[in-house]
Amino acid sequence: MNLTLKVWRQKDANSSGKMVSYKAENISPDMSFLEMLDVVNESLIHKGDEPIHFDHDCREGICGMCSLYINGRPHGPKRAITTCQLHMRSFHDGETITIEPWRAAAFPVIKDLAVDRSAFDRIQQAGGYVSVNTGGVPDANIIPIPKVIADEAFNSATCIGCGACVAACKNASAMLFVSAKVSQLGMLPQGQPERWSRVQSMVAQMDEEGFGNCTNTGACEAECPKEITLTNISRMNNDFFSAKLFREEKVHDHSGGGE
Amino acid sequence: MSEIKQTFNSSLGKKLIMALTGLFLCTFIIVHLGGNLFLFKDDQGYGFNVYANFLTHFPPIEVIAYLLYLAIIVHAFYALILTLSNKKSRPVAYASQSKSPASWSSKNMGLLGSILLLFIVIHMGDFWYKYKFTDTVGFKEYRTNVLTNQRTVADFKPVDPTFEHSVTTVNDEEIVRVKDLHAKVATTFSCWWYVLIYVIAMVSLSFHLVHGFQSAFQTLGWTHRKYTPVVKFIGTWFFAVIIPLGFALMPVVYFFQSISK
Repeated sequence: MNLTLKVWRQKDANSSGKMVSYKAENISPDMSFLEMLDVVNESLIHKGDEPIHFDHDCREGICGMCSLYINGRPHGPKRAITTCQLHMRSFHDGETITIEPWRAAAFPVIKDLAVDRSAFDRIQQAGGYVSVNTGGVPDANIIPIPKVIADEAFNSATCIGCGACVAACKNASAMLFVSAKVSQLGMLPQGQPERWSRVQSMVAQMDEEGFGNCTNTGACEAECPKEITLTNISRMNNDFFSAKLFREEKVHDHSGGGE
Repeated sequence: MSEIKQTFNSSLGKKLIMALTGLFLCTFIIVHLGGNLFLFKDDQGYGFNVYANFLTHFPPIEVIAYLLYLAIIVHAFYALILTLSNKKSRPVAYASQSKSPASWSSKNMGLLGSILLLFIVIHMGDFWYKYKFTDTVGFKEYRTNVLTNQRTVADFKPVDPTFEHSVTTVNDEEIVRVKDLHAKVATTFSCWWYVLIYVIAMVSLSFHLVHGFQSAFQTLGWTHRKYTPVVKFIGTWFFAVIIPLGFALMPVVYFFQSISK
């Protein structure tokens, strides 16, 4: 396969970038998208050019590191996969592929296609944890949890924090990510002690990071490589309003740490 | 106090305001459509004019009306604030057009809402303002024999300029004198481009509500496997089809009546 790539090149966070065209020649349809970029980078290195900087790690769709906004869609044209799971057979010979970094004020570009997603880490640190007592190890299944609840919590927990929801959202909203992280703990008995403080702290941190507001378009749900559903956002909203408007417990001070 | 302020200044708090004002406006249009069905009654405007008089002179409705104007302003104002903050969240736009699947109406709520706001200004300027604050609306006198239920209509010119309405009874005849908003409606809707404005606005209303109604429930956190399909059904068929269609029929029917005369 021979392809034309239009890639966003940006020297560093402080420089302005631009789209640059590259030829990708003799690409095997069985290559993954990232392997294709590896091949292009090799030829760039041979020519003495700066290789294209992009994020990647596990290359098996579980780490959430790879990103790339490919032809107007995060992680490319296929449903429910990450970019490392996208193969070149999903494109046709001679196609022009536009590759851009995630675009959000909260995700500043570090270099070329790599963005800084530590905003997500700070949201997690604000409340995405449970308190665990020290002492003897408790029995594994000592707390009964209905199967449907356990499944639903696990579905939320499959979020890999890649940021595709933010990239797909027309408002660059992070609500799908935050709601998955709120839900995965809020639905389980172990997550109850911090349930009301967690949702408030994490939403407060999300707002502070400068993400946009959800308008329920559903683009995030459609682009999520782990198929996290909009139901999570609804659940987060419910918990948030419940915590803010109806709970009488002392409201969390958003300092981040648990007592 | 600061706690409440913090709640409504958060992203979710602003969305809560959008959802609640939006749903309030949804309940209003049901009443508005219901009342305006009098326009389809062939009684020379008696029912409609008496209804219009009731709306503008019954104190509890006056109060709700001002709450309604407030809700429209708040809904539009918060939409503007949220849109500006959303724009700020993506300072550098994508070079490629987004191909993520999302409904057209959900991506164009701002445009649709702006059309509707403009329409509300035109619409209220036409009827509400002229009815309440000018003397461009004439009067009609309806004489109904309460025994035979026969009714005669005549134009009425009040002596006192502050006259608004009267209900008097002479023998078995009930005499109702009210502002003739019905005639105002008929003349307004005899103009084709006015009818067009109304129809465009109602198409916008349809697309605004097909997303807006169910979106409000999602924002409030009221989703449920059992009830969400019901909410979506009501949002689509009742709020996005029946209501805009009912409203749009009024100018269209009056237009065709005016050219057939």
